[in-house]
Amino acid sequence: MSTQPLQFVPGSEFKRRAAEVVANPFLRKSFRGAMDFLMAKRAAQFPDPELLERQRTLAEHIRRYSLSRLPQLLEQLEANLVKNGVKVHWAETPDEANAIILGICREHGAELMVKGKSMVSEEVELNHAMEQNGIEALESDMGEYIVQLAGEKPSHIIMPAIHKTKQQIAKLFEEKVPGVSYTEDVDALIQVGRDVLRKKFMDADIGLSGVNFAVAETGTLCLVENEGNGRMCTTVPDVHIAITGIEKVVEKLEHVVPLYGLLTRSATGQAITTYFNVITGPRRNGEKDGPKEMHLVLVDNGRTQAFADEQLRQTLQCIRCGACMNHCPVYTRIGGHAYGTTYPGPIGEIISPHMMGLAATHVLPGASTLCGACGEVCPVKIPIPDLLIRLREEATHDAKPGHAPLVGQGAGKSTFASLAYKGFAFLYSRPALYRTFAWAATRFRFLTPSNQAGWTVTRTPLKPAAKSLRELLAERRK
Amino acid sequence: MERDYSKMQRPNDVYFFATCLVDLFCPEAGMDAIQLLEREGIRVHFPENQTCCGQPAYTSGYADEARAVAKVQLDLFPNDWPVVVPSGSCAGMMRHHYPTLFAGDAALQAKAEALSARVFELTEFLVKVLKVNWKGSGKPAKLTLHTSCSARREMGTHLHARELLGQLAGVEVLQQSHESECCGFGGTFAVRQPAISAAMAGDKADALKETGAEKFVSADGGCLMNIDGTLEKRRDSFRGQHLASFLWQQTQGEKR
Repeated sequence: MSTQPLQFVPGSEFKRRAAEVVANPFLRKSFRGAMDFLMAKRAAQFPDPELLERQRTLAEHIRRYSLSRLPQLLEQLEANLVKNGVKVHWAETPDEANAIILGICREHGAELMVKGKSMVSEEVELNHAMEQNGIEALESDMGEYIVQLAGEKPSHIIMPAIHKTKQQIAKLFEEKVPGVSYTEDVDALIQVGRDVLRKKFMDADIGLSGVNFAVAETGTLCLVENEGNGRMCTTVPDVHIAITGIEKVVEKLEHVVPLYGLLTRSATGQAITTYFNVITGPRRNGEKDGPKEMHLVLVDNGRTQAFADEQLRQTLQCIRCGACMNHCPVYTRIGGHAYGTTYPGPIGEIISPHMMGLAATHVLPGASTLCGACGEVCPVKIPIPDLLIRLREEATHDAKPGHAPLVGQGAGKSTFASLAYKGFAFLYSRPALYRTFAWAATRFRFLTPSNQAGWTVTRTPLKPAAKSLRELLAERRK
Repeated sequence: MERDYSKMQRPNDVYFFATCLVDLFCPEAGMDAIQLLEREGIRVHFPENQTCCGQPAYTSGYADEARAVAKVQLDLFPNDWPVVVPSGSCAGMMRHHYPTLFAGDAALQAKAEALSARVFELTEFLVKVLKVNWKGSGKPAKLTLHTSCSARREMGTHLHARELLGQLAGVEVLQQSHESECCGFGGTFAVRQPAISAAMAGDKADALKETGAEKFVSADGGCLMNIDGTLEKRRDSFRGQHLASFLWQQTQGEKR
C-alpha cells in the first residue's frame, strides 16, 4: 500500500486534469449525482432560512472571537492539556510534524499505527513519512481505507472516496484484500473492512486521530465521526497521538455546541453524528480503558501567514464541513483530484496558497466563476469569493508597501495579462477614446476575429452589434 | 442585501448605466429597458461618459486598473437620482464592491458609498420602486428564467424578475433543474478555464432547453452571451432573450 506524495501542480497541469475529468461522462454523472445528494441532505436540515442565518452568524462570531485571541487560547490549551497529562508538541512545517510523530513511534518501538480520519495528517503526508521509516500507517475510516488501498489521495475532505463507485471498490477489495471475492453488496464490502480493521485496532501500537475542536478552557479535544473507528483509535492502542491545525481551538466547551450542530448538518446533512468523542487526557489511575499516553501535535503549515492578515485570517474560520465543495459548480465538474492539493474546492483554493505557497497554487484562486455558492452555504460565513479575488491580486502583483509578501507572492504574474488590464484601464477610463473605440468596433464588426481563444472552443465568436446603444439613442433624439 | 424601500419616493428622473456589454453587444436590450422606464413616466438620462463598471479587472485581481475605470463612473451621476442598471453583476459591482474598492481614499469612498445607495438593478427598480403592475398583452409564451449568480446572490433579483414575469397574462415560467447553479461565464474565467466553463455552459443550456420552453430570458448580458454562444455553436435554435426586451415585447400598448 504505497501512497503517492502530493505532486506540484502547475497551472497547465490543473487545466489538463480538469479537461480530462470534464470529458469523462461517467465521472461527470457520478460527481453530479453525489453532490446533488449531499446538497439535498443539507437543505433538508435547514428548512428555516432565518434560523439558519442566525446560526451562521453565531458560528461566525465564535470562530472570529476564537481567532482574535488565538495566541492566548493556544497557550491556555497547552497549559490545560499538560495539566490533564497530555504531551503537547508544536510543528511549524509538515516535516517537523512528521519528525515529532516518528519520534514518538520510535520511542515505543511502534510498527503499526491505526489512523482515524485526519485531513491534517493528509496535509503533512504522514502516511508517506511513516512508510518511508518502516511503520505501517493504516487508515481506519472506510473511505480513507478505500483510498489508501487504491494508492490514491482523498478527493473530498469528508467523503474521501466519493470518486469511486461500488463496482470499483468491489474490484479493489477483490484484488487487494486476501481471501475476498468480488461482491457489489455494500454491507458485505463494509464487513470486509471491519474484519480487517478490527484485528489491526487490537494490534496497533499507536492510534492517531484528528481533532475537530480543541477547547482551551478545559484542555479537551473533540472528535466528530460516524464509524466508531475514531473511538477505537483513541481508546484501544496504548498511545494516542492527535494532530490538528492551530486554528481549531475555541475558548469554551459551550462554543463547541453551535459549531458541531452546523458542522454535521452542513457536511452530511446529519443532525448529529453517530459518535462524538470528548477526550480530556489519557487513562487515569483506576480507569479500565483508554490510552496510557497521549500527545497533541499542533501544526502551523502556513496558517500563521493567513493569520497575520486581517482579511486572509477569515480563511481560518473554516470548520472543514466540505459544504463549499458540495455546492461548487467547478468541483462538481472536476472532482477533488484535479486540484492536486489536500483540500480541494473553494476552501482549498483559499487555504492551499498559505500551505503550499503561491508558486505552486497561483492558478487555484482563479479556478472559480465567483458565483458565490460557497460563501452562501459556508456555516461560518467565510467570504470565499472576496478571498479568491484577494489571492488573485496577490498572485499577480508584488506585495503592497507595508505588507509582508506571501510565500510565492506574484508567482502568477503574466506580462500578457498585465498589459491587457493596463489596456483595459487605459481605454475604459477615457470616455472619449472609448466612444471612438465603440464606433470603430461596431463599424468594423466584420473584422471581429473568429478565433477568440478559450471563448470560441465551444461558443460562436462575440461580435459587436451594428450600432452601439449610445448611437441608437443619438439617432432617436434626432 | 435587503434594502429598505418603504421610504423611497417615485422619482421623476433616473440615470441609466447601460454597462459595456449592453452598449456594444446587446444595445436593443438597453433601448427596451429605457422604453420600459419612460413608459412609467420617468425621464431617463444616459450619461455620455459612461464606459464600464470595472468588474473584469476587479474580479481578476487588478484592483488598480479597476479603480481607474470605476473612478470615471463615480463622476457620471451628479444629481441625487437613482442609477438603473440592466445587469445584476454590474449593479452588484457598483453597489457592493465600489465602497471597498475605494477604501483608503476618504473622499472617493464617500462618493462610492453615496452612489452605492442609489444603484438599482432594472427589475428591482421596476418592482420595488416603481411598483409596476402590468397585465401582459403579448402572445402566450412558455419560457424559463436564468438568473445570474451576482444578480441572485448580491442583488436578490431572481425574485424581482419572477414577480414581473408573473404579472404577464399568458406567460408561463417553467422551472429548470439546478436553477441557482452558475452558467460558467465568470468573466475571464470562460477564457482562462475553457474546459470547465464549457462543461458548465453546456449543462446550463441543456437544463434550460429540457424544460420544453420556447426560449429563456435573463437579465444579465454575460450569461446570455455565454449560453447563446454555446447553443449557436451546437447549431441549436433554442435561444435566450434579455429580460428587458421580453418585458417590452409582452407589454406593448400598456399605459402607466
